[in-house]
Amino acid sequence: MASINIQNLVKKYGDGFPAVNNVSIDIADGEFMILVGPSGCGKSTLLRMIVGLEDITSGELTIGERRVNDLAPRDRNLAMVFQNYALYPHLTVYENIAFPLRLAKLDNAEVDRLVRDASSTLELDEHLERKPGNLSGGQRQRVAMGRAIVRQADAFLFDEPLSNLDAKLRGQMRTEIARLQKRLGITTVYVTHDQTEAMTLGDRVAVLKRGLLQQLATPRELYDNPGNLFVAGFIGSPPMNFLPAEVTGNKVKLPFGEVEIPAEKAARAEGRGLLIAGIRPEAFEDAKLAESKGVATGTATFSANVDVVEWLGNETYAYIPFEAPPEVTKQLAQLEKELDSEALRTQLVVSLDGSSRITAGTEAEIWVDSAKMHLFDPATGENLTVDNEHAGHIPREAATV
Amino acid sequence: MKTDTKTKAGTGIGFVLIMIWCLLPVVWIISLSFKSTAETGAGSPQFLPKDATLDNYKTLLGVGTLSDGTEPDPAVSDDFIQALINSFGIALIATLLSVVFATLAAYAIARLEFKGKRLVLSLALAIAMFPVVSLVGPLFDMWRTFQLFNTWPGLIIPYMTFTLPLAIWTLSAFFREIPWEMEQAAQVDGATSWQAFRKVIVPLAAPGVFTAAILTFFFAWNEFVLAISLTSTTDSRTVPAQMSFFVGPDPFNPPYGQLATASVVVTVPIIIIVLLFQRKIVAGLTSGAVKG
Repeated sequence: MASINIQNLVKKYGDGFPAVNNVSIDIADGEFMILVGPSGCGKSTLLRMIVGLEDITSGELTIGERRVNDLAPRDRNLAMVFQNYALYPHLTVYENIAFPLRLAKLDNAEVDRLVRDASSTLELDEHLERKPGNLSGGQRQRVAMGRAIVRQADAFLFDEPLSNLDAKLRGQMRTEIARLQKRLGITTVYVTHDQTEAMTLGDRVAVLKRGLLQQLATPRELYDNPGNLFVAGFIGSPPMNFLPAEVTGNKVKLPFGEVEIPAEKAARAEGRGLLIAGIRPEAFEDAKLAESKGVATGTATFSANVDVVEWLGNETYAYIPFEAPPEVTKQLAQLEKELDSEALRTQLVVSLDGSSRITAGTEAEIWVDSAKMHLFDPATGENLTVDNEHAGHIPREAATV
Repeated sequence: MKTDTKTKAGTGIGFVLIMIWCLLPVVWIISLSFKSTAETGAGSPQFLPKDATLDNYKTLLGVGTLSDGTEPDPAVSDDFIQALINSFGIALIATLLSVVFATLAAYAIARLEFKGKRLVLSLALAIAMFPVVSLVGPLFDMWRTFQLFNTWPGLIIPYMTFTLPLAIWTLSAFFREIPWEMEQAAQVDGATSWQAFRKVIVPLAAPGVFTAAILTFFFAWNEFVLAISLTSTTDSRTVPAQMSFFVGPDPFNPPYGQLATASVVVTVPIIIIVLLFQRKIVAGLTSGAVKG
């Protein structure tokens, strides 16, 4: 077991394009670190640099106390689970798991003990004599994990290990990985593009975009205090709403009306002209329900035409279309592209309590918890209202969207 | 139902026709091998031997007594057996060397990016297209100078050279099919590049290796032009070349029976080898390696 220290790591390919650009992350011993971002953000490249399958263009990589920049993968003592599992099809499950031990020239009794240990942990005992070709996706995934945990590696590296499983199995394996990691207490770096996996698994999460680290923080910090538009849009499901906003005094003018925000937040955004307000769907509530819970709704309620309602039982999603000025629309379209998604229209998604009686096509009174509102600079994407003490680490160069 | 019966009957007839087309010559040769010289020399020989005799086999292999009570001529059988040994030795060594070199070369071609990769591949193909006959003269002169004329290496080297291109092409196609991650996983698991190659890549490419081996062995085993031109005695003469020396006492009446017998004898090992290797050529060996 060991800590992993990534210092100003850069990976440039032949054409000079930096796939990983000056990324610094310190991973503590035993920590579960998530690298997350849309495709092409350099997260897999970064992982492959840690394990030694990609050369490091510049920067320092230390595992434990050892500088490993120039070491071959086999000398780094890391275990990796590949996205497509990369099992050895000509070997049985037993020999697949035993493969690293055989290379380390352990004697047969020791190999047998360790393999059976790993296989019972992963409930693979009955499959030991089968070939990978005869296993299901989930079983193959477990064999790949078995091959990783069987030896005393300094750290585990996972490259999108669950992306090939169906949704149900993915949920199960996610819990399984979390349990295994807690039990073994081993340093883990986990690459994913799925923000749910990132939020649920990680002690800390590093959000990457186009090779640049955007924010390095705990899941809660990322959710409550995103450093910029990109992180705000990436973390959370359904994603954060972005609305054109103008601050005058303590009031924010939104497309639906004016709401009051805390003075401290307002001060930071005062006189900046047109801004982008970011409000999570969960920050909204049916005004009637909010009042019945004893919330003072007076200063932050607006009425809006609800277009579509999706009732999910425990909660209700209501969709409210709005018109945005072109400069905001352009910025948001750009953001959607970076997030690998496509917004068809500018609309507000609000998540209401399941007991709300709001129906589609009606005018509804909606309350917004304005303390949870963020205000972003439309030019740089920077979060003006971020609480820096609870936002982990936000690199300076990340602010340019 | 009716179409079913028709289809079945059609398939059956087609099958029989193809079997006759392919196997008639083989049966003819086998039948010839059991005929005596008197019978093969007759004006209109019938398909099956009138009195089947093992004399041809006895003469060639030098065992037992002939039907006329004499011992088989040891000169004939010694030469033939020596030729068989030569054939086996030369074909096996050429196959082994060709497959080993081709495996290494194909791996490099499939995995590494280097300048002149296309050139290497096209050159290999050009060599494969080169007519062997045109090289007989130069090789003959060269081998005499290098003291390789009428030796095993004198045949092994050209056989290896002419089969390498095909083996490289076959194998590099196989290597390209193997996912890179296999090898990377092995390296992360603690293998050196060589160990990853030997323990993961080669076993996965086994079907390709065996395909290449069979093709190479066939070529070396059946080759005639070089075998007859680059040898002068039974020190290195292979069976196809040796068979051309079966002239018999009467130049107008060649020993067809013996020739047929020799053909049968040299075909048997080929059939055995194909059957053995065929088991190794299991398609889809890489299935299950990665999520498909």
